[in-house]
Amino acid sequence: MLGIVRQRVSSVPTLQRMLYASKSFSSAAKEMTVRDALNSALDEEMSADPKVFLMGEEVGDYQGAYKITKGLLEKYGPQRVLDTPITEAGFAGIGVGAAYYGLRPVVEFMTFNFSMQAIDHIINSAAKSNYMSAGQISVPIVFRGPNGAAAGVGAQHSQCYAAWYGSCPGLKVLTPYSSEDARGLLKAAIRDPDPVVFLENELLYGESFPVSAEALNSDFCLPIGKAKIEREGKDLTITAYSKMVGHALKAAEVLAKEGISAEVINLLSIRPLDRAAINASVRKTNRLVTVEEAFSQNGVGAEICASVVEESFEYLDAPVERIAGADVPMPYAANLERMAVPQVDDIVRAAKRTCFRSV
Amino acid sequence: MSSSPSSARWPSCAGWRSPPIPSTRRNSSVDSATCTTARKLWPIGMEAAITKKDCIITAYRDHCTFLGRGGTLLQVFSELMGRKDGCSKGKGGSMHFYKKDANFYGGHGIVGAQVPLGCGLAFAQKYSKDETVTFALYGDGAANQGQLFEALNISALWDLPAILVCENNHYGMGTAEWRAAKSPSYYKRGDYVPGLKVDGMDALAVKQACKFAKEHALKNGPIILEMDTYRYHGHSMSDPGSTYRTRDEISGVRQERDPIERVRKLILSHDLATEKELKDIEKEIRKEVDEAIAQAKESPMPDPSELFTNVYAKGYGAEKGEEGGAPGGEKGQRLQMNLCHGDITAPDCKEWLGPWGNH
Repeated sequence: MLGIVRQRVSSVPTLQRMLYASKSFSSAAKEMTVRDALNSALDEEMSADPKVFLMGEEVGDYQGAYKITKGLLEKYGPQRVLDTPITEAGFAGIGVGAAYYGLRPVVEFMTFNFSMQAIDHIINSAAKSNYMSAGQISVPIVFRGPNGAAAGVGAQHSQCYAAWYGSCPGLKVLTPYSSEDARGLLKAAIRDPDPVVFLENELLYGESFPVSAEALNSDFCLPIGKAKIEREGKDLTITAYSKMVGHALKAAEVLAKEGISAEVINLLSIRPLDRAAINASVRKTNRLVTVEEAFSQNGVGAEICASVVEESFEYLDAPVERIAGADVPMPYAANLERMAVPQVDDIVRAAKRTCFRSV
Repeated sequence: MSSSPSSARWPSCAGWRSPPIPSTRRNSSVDSATCTTARKLWPIGMEAAITKKDCIITAYRDHCTFLGRGGTLLQVFSELMGRKDGCSKGKGGSMHFYKKDANFYGGHGIVGAQVPLGCGLAFAQKYSKDETVTFALYGDGAANQGQLFEALNISALWDLPAILVCENNHYGMGTAEWRAAKSPSYYKRGDYVPGLKVDGMDALAVKQACKFAKEHALKNGPIILEMDTYRYHGHSMSDPGSTYRTRDEISGVRQERDPIERVRKLILSHDLATEKELKDIEKEIRKEVDEAIAQAKESPMPDPSELFTNVYAKGYGAEKGEEGGAPGGEKGQRLQMNLCHGDITAPDCKEWLGPWGNH
């Protein structure tokens, strides 16, 4: 089945409409790391619009803590690539104020754990302003940076904030997986007039993915609010975002060898959540496993579960399974850390449970 | 006497000395009543020194600041009553007045947040080479906020044209300044950023200080102005204002330092107008205020559909037929209403799900 996107407005460039018409890459000759994908997106958007500027710790001289902003200071100068002191509340607020005035800041948090110091500005100053001002003050800002667990960084540096930001009206929350996702969503985010929380993943930065010629085009944007069917299947639906998409795809391979055909949905957008795509898939497969790295309580999986129960209850042949991070602060020891984060085996086991259970 | 706009505005604040309007009461803890005091005459002094291209941002006591930027009485009263004709169409309330076309950026409920936002506006002005400045207003209560110092540090590092104005009325809600600040010399708290202490009850002194500050900020970066002023009423409708200070103190200030009385005496002593002319102006302004209140009472409540508008500038219920977000426009609103009202009948999934709905 081809996922055809229904767009109601013709202002969408043709490339964008065509992109999701085909789930396979049309000319996948080139490979690109997620890091390079993000860097190229930033570069192109800064080149296209002089109002776009970057701000964050080490984004300039250091070339980026994770080298995402490499080369941009040299290319665009210190007026547009600004190294900030380690004061998240201050510089996030300054970014939002600049967005009020009409500039398009891209604010980097070295990890989203540190965004908690600035969360008042993200929620109260950015997300709510368009509503409170009845449309006078829009806030075209992007907050980006790595989210979720890395490896061996301990409890204070490992939390996933997708559910926190995803619960707030007024924000758009995006979670790219592949290099194409990263490019298309970051460009869309920068062009979007609303505040966007852009959740990357440190462990994905170095991973390489094939990119199509369309994706390399400087106008390539992905639609915000649309999920992607990474792998079609008919026996169960697995939803995932960010790094877990890779795990879900590996799990689908394992399941396929055992005769279970899993459909893997890459959520891409936590808010707005593509409930239509998720429900359509569950109505087709009748089973659902949600996967996330984050804590399960009040999480994205819980929301997806609720949505499916509300919209597609009669279609479910088994209870929904949630795979999530262990309900503990992230431990440091390597064996404990491995247990605290979902692994491919966990997804496979959950999938098997849903397939052999009937209501 | 010439009824130039600036002189006519000063007495309009006299109209604000009428008692708080009970019908404006929506939220007992923070309300508009406190706007009425003469401490809010000094925005007029500020306006006399600057242009509408300079930006102003303040906290929740934003009503007179809004008027000073060109807002109308009808917009103020309607917003306080939560009506359609309010400056934020009834959706913001007392604490969220904005007037972007006059570079007034609100209207903020989180104490201290407006200071980094104001520094962000100044950043944007410098980035855009506009040769204008931002006045970020805050109270003595907010002066101890950490984010203020973070923003001041960045403003000084980057030479932003930011003027931080501390309206020191000596009380943060019910806490006197000597109980909240180890050093209540707020104009000195900038450390490496220069500061001036100004008699905030003298509109002409305020004007001179603001003129000086603007010239300074454009050349040298941030500066702090401390306006020594006073709050006659309590913090809000639920605060009588007399449990933490004596009535003698309040009446003493009113007698010795009331800014409107001062201006009146100056006008009379310089023969710029007669007593009668001033009384006529006051009568006229009171009439205007009464008419505006009456008109505001006639203004309708916002349409129920406004509940879901302006969440985003783009997509998902904000504008009908706009692309992006799932599902947008009317359908999105219907889904939202279903969710909000607990009516979990699924919307017409087939129509909503597009081609997937055929399964």
